[in-house]
Amino acid sequence: MSAVDSIPVRVAAIETVSPFIKTFTLEPTDGGPLPAFSGGSHVVVTMQGRDKNHRNPYSLMSSPYERRFYQISVRREDDGRGGSKFLHGNVRVGDQLFVSPPANLFALNELGRRHILIAGGIGITPFLSQLYELRAQDSDYALHYAYRRADDTAFLDRLAAEHGERAHFYESSQGHYLDPGRILAEQPLGTHVYVCGPEGLIDTVVTRARRLGWPASHIHAEEFAAPPSGRPFTVVLDKSGDELEVGPDDTVLDVLEDNGYAPDCSCRGGVCGECETAVITGEIEHHDDYLSEEVKREHSRMMICVSRAASERVVLDL
Amino acid sequence: MSEQATVAAPRVKPVETFRGDFTYSNSPEAIRRFPFPFHRDDYMYSVNIEPHDGTPPGSAYAPAFDIDEHYLSEMAERRTVLEEDPKRCQVLPYMMEAQWDTLELMMTSLAADYPEHFSLTRDGDTWTWENRLLDIRDTFTFKDADTLPLEPFEYITRQVQGDFTLHGQRNDMLYMDGGMVTCQADWSLDFDLGMNFYEWHGPVPRAHEMGVFERALKYLLTLKVGSPVRRLNWTMTVNPRMDTSPENYDKWGIDRATITPDNVGELAHLRVELQSLWRLPRSNAILFSIRCYLISMEELATVPKWARRFHRVLRDLPEDLADYKGFIGFRPTVLDYLARHDDGAATSPGGAPD
Repeated sequence: MSAVDSIPVRVAAIETVSPFIKTFTLEPTDGGPLPAFSGGSHVVVTMQGRDKNHRNPYSLMSSPYERRFYQISVRREDDGRGGSKFLHGNVRVGDQLFVSPPANLFALNELGRRHILIAGGIGITPFLSQLYELRAQDSDYALHYAYRRADDTAFLDRLAAEHGERAHFYESSQGHYLDPGRILAEQPLGTHVYVCGPEGLIDTVVTRARRLGWPASHIHAEEFAAPPSGRPFTVVLDKSGDELEVGPDDTVLDVLEDNGYAPDCSCRGGVCGECETAVITGEIEHHDDYLSEEVKREHSRMMICVSRAASERVVLDL
Repeated sequence: MSEQATVAAPRVKPVETFRGDFTYSNSPEAIRRFPFPFHRDDYMYSVNIEPHDGTPPGSAYAPAFDIDEHYLSEMAERRTVLEEDPKRCQVLPYMMEAQWDTLELMMTSLAADYPEHFSLTRDGDTWTWENRLLDIRDTFTFKDADTLPLEPFEYITRQVQGDFTLHGQRNDMLYMDGGMVTCQADWSLDFDLGMNFYEWHGPVPRAHEMGVFERALKYLLTLKVGSPVRRLNWTMTVNPRMDTSPENYDKWGIDRATITPDNVGELAHLRVELQSLWRLPRSNAILFSIRCYLISMEELATVPKWARRFHRVLRDLPEDLADYKGFIGFRPTVLDYLARHDDGAATSPGGAPD
């Protein structure tokens, strides 16, 4: 997202939904309607911090039919790179932020005859916008929502009231565990399953579904993994000759943007493929779900939003 | 983008024909703004995609959807084609959200680009659409198809120049899930409906081996709302005939044998498609707009740079491409005509007239 593509928004409301989760309501600063979107879309939120800008992707959880505001829910990640802590600790009602136009990497399949949504913790957010669509289209669907403790999540009452018997809840602190194998085993042909949450949950659902014979085209996963930290390294831009230092908690993409470059990018999570960059020399520690294993082994390309150098220096074709 | 690109109301001609007596022609102003597709003296396939961002001002590229002097003629031609063959407009049932997305995009864009000809008034979900060129004024409820005389996609694409297709995105793939296709260069919506991106591009020579389609698909899957892109495509057509469809091949295929040295300037036309691609916000589908422009060799030759350059492009085009584009038979006659307008002088970069 370059500056041209960003939409200025004002923080209209902040709701503390649990000790770790806040919901932010964002209104367009210029008063005009925000871009329409489809359920499962995310935006990249840009926050102007004192020392650096933070840019994090968040799923839109408000109704796709609502264009006066967007809503996002943010879980505070104390070990993260600082974006969620900044939103929790520094952002006040009335502050200005920027959002990218919405993009969707986790859309419902319109041909699905039945939709099973499996959420773990904060992974509920993309489903909140999709549920508006499923209800409006009178689709056949079920939500399975696993979380640690009821006071750790705020959406329970609303989901129970709006979706009745279609919503199933699993509170692990009470000894209720979501069993993906059982849920998946009893679905009719033509069902699509969607999973968002911690890596372990996603792996279990995908593995179970494959083992039960589900086609890959009917299994959809969205992993909102933050870029991992790692050893610092130097990135050399071949075309300009610039040498930039990437700190343990920075990404190559962040560092490029902080130095005035505007590389193509969208998801900032190693999924969409937009920031694919050719590597001239250097070893890459890949963290993306986009490049093929073959390309990864060659160290010829990298996704600069999540992947890091395994060598001390990496020369990129930029 | 449309807000900045307000275009002066084009002078619209009375209805001319694209069949029978073929009365279609371009005014000098229409020739000057013709989207001449060759930026250099040679041509090869490339993905050649650029932002469709309202530039350059005043050009055929600037408006979201270009309306020009042929508007009434093309809308009349579309009605005729649909009367003969209703299957030229088809949309698969699960694309209703994309139909409304298309209607909203076109109505808001036309009203912003051509306020003298089109207006849209929105009061919540109650919308009033006015098209003064076709004398249409309808009040309807957005998202309630029963309040429009036709389904939303057909309703609005009967009022906008160019062919349009709708593409659902699933499984990291695009599918041909609908369209309004009445002025096409020898392909069929009825045949391609439901195909995936590679299938409907199956007949194109060379490009598969070059990896053009893999790159183009990857790019399109991440197309963003509010950031449309465009490219140009071209071929040649005999007579200013919009409907060169496989369905009607019996009516136009034979035309290619009628070109002679005497009539080539009048009959042979360069056919250019200004193609734009739009991510639709609520459906997450893609709208593909294929806006067709026709210019005769006589008209083209009024711009010396274009005659020189088209002569060189056509002369050097590989045989398989000339065959695929359908003009290999009459290419020599066109080349003889254009050679008279090519003195060998250097041409300036870019496609615009000197």
